[in-house]
Amino acid sequence: MSDDALVLRRQFPLLAQSGSELHYLDNAATAQIHEAALEALVQHERSGRGNVLRSGHRLAQTATLAYQRARGQVAQFLNAASADEIVFTSGATAALNLVAQSYGTLCKPGDEVVLSVSEHHSNLIPWQQLRDRAAIALRFVPVDAEARLDLAALAACVGPRCRLIALTHASNVTGAVTDVAAVVERARAVGARVLLDGAQRAPHGPVDVRALGIDFYAFSGHKCFGPGGVGVLWARGELLEAMPPAATGGGMVERVTVEAAGYAAPPRRFEAGTPPVAQAVGLGEALAWMSRQDWRRIEQRMQGLTARLIEGLRTVPGLHLAGPLDTRERVPVVSFWLDRMHSHDVCQVLDGLGVALRGGHHCAQPLMQALGIEGVSRASLALYNGDDDVDALLAGVREAVRILA
Amino acid sequence: MNAALYDEAIKALARAAHGAGTLARPDALVRLDNPYCGDRIDLALTLNSGRVSALAHQTKGCLLCCASASLIGLRAPGAELSQVEQAIVALDALLAGQDLSAGAWSELEIFTPVRDYPARHGCVSLPVQALRKAIQAAQSR
Repeated sequence: MSDDALVLRRQFPLLAQSGSELHYLDNAATAQIHEAALEALVQHERSGRGNVLRSGHRLAQTATLAYQRARGQVAQFLNAASADEIVFTSGATAALNLVAQSYGTLCKPGDEVVLSVSEHHSNLIPWQQLRDRAAIALRFVPVDAEARLDLAALAACVGPRCRLIALTHASNVTGAVTDVAAVVERARAVGARVLLDGAQRAPHGPVDVRALGIDFYAFSGHKCFGPGGVGVLWARGELLEAMPPAATGGGMVERVTVEAAGYAAPPRRFEAGTPPVAQAVGLGEALAWMSRQDWRRIEQRMQGLTARLIEGLRTVPGLHLAGPLDTRERVPVVSFWLDRMHSHDVCQVLDGLGVALRGGHHCAQPLMQALGIEGVSRASLALYNGDDDVDALLAGVREAVRILA
Repeated sequence: MNAALYDEAIKALARAAHGAGTLARPDALVRLDNPYCGDRIDLALTLNSGRVSALAHQTKGCLLCCASASLIGLRAPGAELSQVEQAIVALDALLAGQDLSAGAWSELEIFTPVRDYPARHGCVSLPVQALRKAIQAAQSR
């Protein structure tokens, strides 16, 4: 294991106590929590717990300041123009649903939303529901031979009625990173907005939403070394201003009568009810920690590990890889399947060897259908993984083949 | 050790795929999915005089799911409905940690190691649930 990985691993309580017995390669599902995030969460609940943006007592003020500080930390991570462009949600799924619910009301019958066949169900089903509710049409970008988005087909999918292009920033199955510049260029040509599902990209370093030129960005906290139960929607301020609330209740209004309600300005308009305050505080610390890391160095190491993993897997007879072989085109998420072996059986054997990864359809059944398979085993690396984890996986796959054959 | 889940008896049963196929005129045809892993079974059967007279299934799943479906394909055809129900109850009890009850299909014993892996109980149970639903559907015709 490299010194970098060792130093990083010590900062994650669960990994530090697990030692070399655990090879955690299910980071695309949930990453381990960083000690700073855990400490902030616990500390907040121990000594700063109160409701936010409501009461005036000292604890409530402390909680409000911590919550708003977290909002600022998220804004910094995303290089957002303002912290007011940050909406806390319960996760990426809730953030994507929020856009479909709220921005979706601005769509007219016949408008089109462009997705891809690679989308996680979280960035598919909300749009299917909008289609059924608002009589819009959905169009789907296919994938190419390496399961990347087929950008050659993008132009044909994005027509004059396109209102929004909603794509994954990085596939949760193939790891393929979307060529955002090409998507934005096409969107601008027809006046469409761009939403990125960043759940799988955000864990691999800060994102510059303004440089990307996009309009919406969603990601979850538990994949970014923060607590569970919290996520983020970023949207351009003018878009949030134009959008109605997706959920209503306390904390998101200006004035209410028995007849009507006036809605608060964003982001409060989109945070009905008591938000996940401690989780947001923990996420803020996780993202602040991430923002201090040397991501050029980490990315180089991750690419090296991914290449080591791909090269090793390619030597296993009967094994097939999903996604681009060029490690520069993917985050360190590598999925594979074996002839005549079910992904859950493969993962079960690996679990017995201390290697944690996930099998199945990964909430991406349309992609499985496009690839003509039932499921895959997925190894997803995070910055604390090292060559020992990759080597344990490779040895485990060979053992799985021996046991299951 | 996870390898216990994949001993030769389970693998052989899965490979045998007893009952794999379709029925031309089933009394009931049931499709069940396991949303956790995407496994799927289509199970068809006919009933006659309180027995399962014919059964066929098409199963896409892991070794445990395929072995369970194969066991049903082996033992359910010709079995009295009371024996089938006894087997279903016995499997649930086995996975819950109890010994296999006397009179239940003895092959169920091979699933004993699965009891230590709750996440995999559904793999073994899916074909059994399909069998129970198919019998209920056929009886309600």
